[in-house]
Amino acid sequence: MRQVTIDPITRIEGHLRVEIKVEGGKIVQARCSGALFRGLEIILLGRFPLDAQRITPRICGVCPVAHATAAALALDTALGVEENIPQNGWLLRNLIYAANWLHNHVLHFYHLALPDYLDPKGTPLAGLLAAELGDRRFSPEENQTLLEHYALALEVRRKAHELVAIFGGKMPHEVGIVPGGVTQKPGLAEVTAFRFRLREIRDFLENIYVKDVLLLAARYPDYFALGRVGRLLSFGAFPEPSRTRVFPAGSLQDGAVQPLDCEGIAEEVARSWYAGGAGHPRAGQTEPDPYKAEAYSWIKAPRYKGKALEVGPAARVFLASHLGPGDFAKLAGELLSEARISLEQLSSAMGRHLARAIEALFLAQRMETWLAELEINGPVAVPFGIPSEATGQGLTDAPRGALGHWLRIERGVIAHYQVISPTTWNASPRDEQGQPGPIEEALEGTPVSGDGLLEAGRIVRSFDPCLACAVQ
Amino acid sequence: MSETRAQAVVWFQAAGCTGCSISLMNADYPNLKNLLLDELVPGKALILRFHATLMGLTGQPALEVLERVREEEAGAYLLVVEGAIPTGEDGRFGRVGDIPMAERVRELALRSAGVVALGTCAAYGGIPAGAPNPTSCVGVGEFFRREGIGIPVINVPGCPPHPRWFVETVAQLIFNPSAIGQLDEVGRLRSVYPGLIHENCPRRADFDVGRFAASFGEAGCLLKLGCKGPYTSSRCPTHRWNGGVNWCIEAGHPCLGCCEPEFPDFPAPLFRKVRAEDAAAFYRRNLCAR
Ligand code: SF4
Ligand code: SF4
Repeated sequence: MRQVTIDPITRIEGHLRVEIKVEGGKIVQARCSGALFRGLEIILLGRFPLDAQRITPRICGVCPVAHATAAALALDTALGVEENIPQNGWLLRNLIYAANWLHNHVLHFYHLALPDYLDPKGTPLAGLLAAELGDRRFSPEENQTLLEHYALALEVRRKAHELVAIFGGKMPHEVGIVPGGVTQKPGLAEVTAFRFRLREIRDFLENIYVKDVLLLAARYPDYFALGRVGRLLSFGAFPEPSRTRVFPAGSLQDGAVQPLDCEGIAEEVARSWYAGGAGHPRAGQTEPDPYKAEAYSWIKAPRYKGKALEVGPAARVFLASHLGPGDFAKLAGELLSEARISLEQLSSAMGRHLARAIEALFLAQRMETWLAELEINGPVAVPFGIPSEATGQGLTDAPRGALGHWLRIERGVIAHYQVISPTTWNASPRDEQGQPGPIEEALEGTPVSGDGLLEAGRIVRSFDPCLACAVQ
Repeated sequence: MSETRAQAVVWFQAAGCTGCSISLMNADYPNLKNLLLDELVPGKALILRFHATLMGLTGQPALEVLERVREEEAGAYLLVVEGAIPTGEDGRFGRVGDIPMAERVRELALRSAGVVALGTCAAYGGIPAGAPNPTSCVGVGEFFRREGIGIPVINVPGCPPHPRWFVETVAQLIFNPSAIGQLDEVGRLRSVYPGLIHENCPRRADFDVGRFAASFGEAGCLLKLGCKGPYTSSRCPTHRWNGGVNWCIEAGHPCLGCCEPEFPDFPAPLFRKVRAEDAAAFYRRNLCAR
């Protein structure tokens, strides 16, 4: 048996350590460990409630709008303004947020994940992308084209950030989303500037990104059978002015699609460096215990009805195909049949890439609809006061999966703030029952050629882990 | 044609959110590709040896790159630190390859030619050092003072910093290293952080006539919503963000003072008006220093 430690796992966000045991050509055990704790939930305590709106996005520089969205939803309920947000407020939040998704998916595919399949030798990027090669299956021409797309995608992701900034002020760490709506009225100039950039990005997604994902899937079909989990959870995302979410919330367990039950969420810390026991995040605590002997991670272990569920694009595409809008199911069906896979196979190392491509295409279309529905120069926010006592819950999906913020206000300041991020679910350690976290489970049983570095890297990156989110 | 000299760069991420790296990827002229592949100033190009978010290698082979650079390019490479340094509990709050981040930064810094502390976390502690600073995070400069490390540090604060502030700072460093003498009292290059937002703010006319926004989405100066523009040194109003499409105050949001050492605590919450007497101190530091 060989014990292999991968630390740091590069080309992800943040500090992740993975230990695998390889025996008989297979990974027989995997442990995921979050290596950085900052304590943002503690830093928020005692602050003015609105500060959470700008401090929680700083949990993550890749998907800050996800935290801005969850914080706004939590504060909307706590401040009692949820019912009065103008139509423009919902639409602009969606546009700012969706632009962050497009940025995220393009960055993840080209710059974080794809280098695992490319050979950079002899190109200008050879120095930076140099890697221990193995199992490279692209033809030299395909390899060359994909490296050119790597460079092109840098520009596309930059443009997606311009989209965020047009209505959100700046990016990373946009400032547009606030409780009660957004800060800036949509003028004709901004709407036009947005539309033409979006068109360019959409053109790239439809004509280059999706084709590159399908090409990767065609060369590595075996990865649809690797890195599987199969139990899925989503909080849904993108409430339209009717408040219906474009991506519906729900879960898939034991083959059954169920609506979301918020009371089914609990966080455990049996193998995490924290004191305390399991509990609902409404009451949960963050009390670091860096010397706890049986612990091996700064990530807590959230469980849904006692089980470790995968969150992210596979969950969303699966659930939206069952419960979401008809045009989503149609688009997803077309791409799944092109890749010759079923919905169930989305929860796999290759399926997650395809699921991201499906939702990026769908969102880019939907963004044009939202843009057209804006009332130019119309109202965007409702004023609010800060109550002395209140509670709030903000649930949304982030690009990487289910994200929740829970807060309580006492005497006009934050008395409680808990965050459960997508990677907290996916990269969680074992729990009290010894159940592995989803990434651990996805790795265990994987056949490997050598020390497993290559296969483990590909599988871990397919989840697009974000460690700054997983441990705040 | 004269030869291009390569300036090796090691980019080390500590207690942060990767937002500084992502912001640098938003650089336009020069863009990231230019920064990676072309001469930044005549005769000199950057060569990025280590960056955990971008590099091909992973795990132990990636860490070996750090060792190699430390041995083979001692005294020559530029160290960029992103994120604060967690110093609490023997470094257990943040480790890379099982070694505390603080230890890694010390080792890398001691053999470097100099350090750029990128972002408010690396410069001053920033977000993780917000009260009560649960992990005892400090900025690189403070860490060096405590440890008696004499390597020069240049701060490029911002949460995150605008890509131009990094590019201009590094360009000056490799073009004219004597620029290092021109730091302000909080360790920034004066030319990169030359004056207050309030001086160039498009809402300044509203301020002058006393027209203040009382809630989000309203016209007027944002002072009463907590704007820190009168005490924050940055070129946001003139550089604007993301290809120049917008920036905080233009989008109707008060400046958070994200470039200042007091961010995010300040003497008042982010959305409360800072008291005049507290303001005076920031003002003196940022304006009278010129
Ligand atoms: S918005 Fe801020 S920076 Fe602009 S004039 Fe008002 S106080 Fe000054
Ligand atoms: S306007 Fe203020 S908060 Fe916004 S980026 Fe500039 S310095 Fe930071």
